Amino acid sequence: AVALGGAGPAFAKNDADDLVKAFTGGKTPTKGKVKLDLPDIAENGNTVPLAFTVESPMTDASHVTDVLIVADGNPRGGIATFHFSPRSGVAEAATRIRLAETQNVIAVAKMNDGSLFMDTKQVKVTIGGCGG
Amino acid sequence: MATPAPKPRIRLDKKEAKKGDLVEVKALVAHIMESGQRKDKDGNVIPRKIINKFTCEVNGKPVFAADLEPAVSANPYLQFKFRAEESGKVVLAWIDDDGSKIVGEETITVT
Repeated sequence: AVALGGAGPAFAKNDADDLVKAFTGGKTPTKGKVKLDLPDIAENGNTVPLAFTVESPMTDASHVTDVLIVADGNPRGGIATFHFSPRSGVAEAATRIRLAETQNVIAVAKMNDGSLFMDTKQVKVTIGGCGG
Repeated sequence: MATPAPKPRIRLDKKEAKKGDLVEVKALVAHIMESGQRKDKDGNVIPRKIINKFTCEVNGKPVFAADLEPAVSANPYLQFKFRAEESGKVVLAWIDDDGSKIVGEETITVT
């Protein structure tokens, strides 16, 4: 279950919900079009491979503009925001991320017409990635 | 204190492309990506040092960019694609919190 609603306490907490709300302008993204690819189990939370693709023709008329990636169990929610244009050709990217513990990773894609789509994936983390 | 800027590793899956082809870029740069949330053994916070912005331009036209947070792993790796439209320079830039910039360059030939 992904807690995309619900006002939490104002003190230090993971701000993934707030980041999603700021990105979507409060609108609820539709599930679909975005495919998030992460391992089910990450043995090392310091470097977890993340990839995503968003279905889109990537033409001037219809393309993905931005993709927000957040995680709901890290000290802070933000992971990255990717920016695309029709010249990207496809809306896909991959990187490696830190996950402190088992949690949900959420991708929200914004289209040029303002429509919003999302995907969520839970990753079980064996060794956390925020050790100090 | 001045350490030389690390040389990024950039790989294009093709150096020559037909117009309209997708070109895949894989890019890696050596960087600590210190989150600013860890403490040293004396309990002092280790200052944040993060590459917060990455951009890719082909012939000066932006094709891909990313805003990175401390949750991106050390030695950040990025893989993405762009559509080949014209020959020219593929310029990748990584921008640090302190304003310093690491730049790498490849060339694409489009026929």
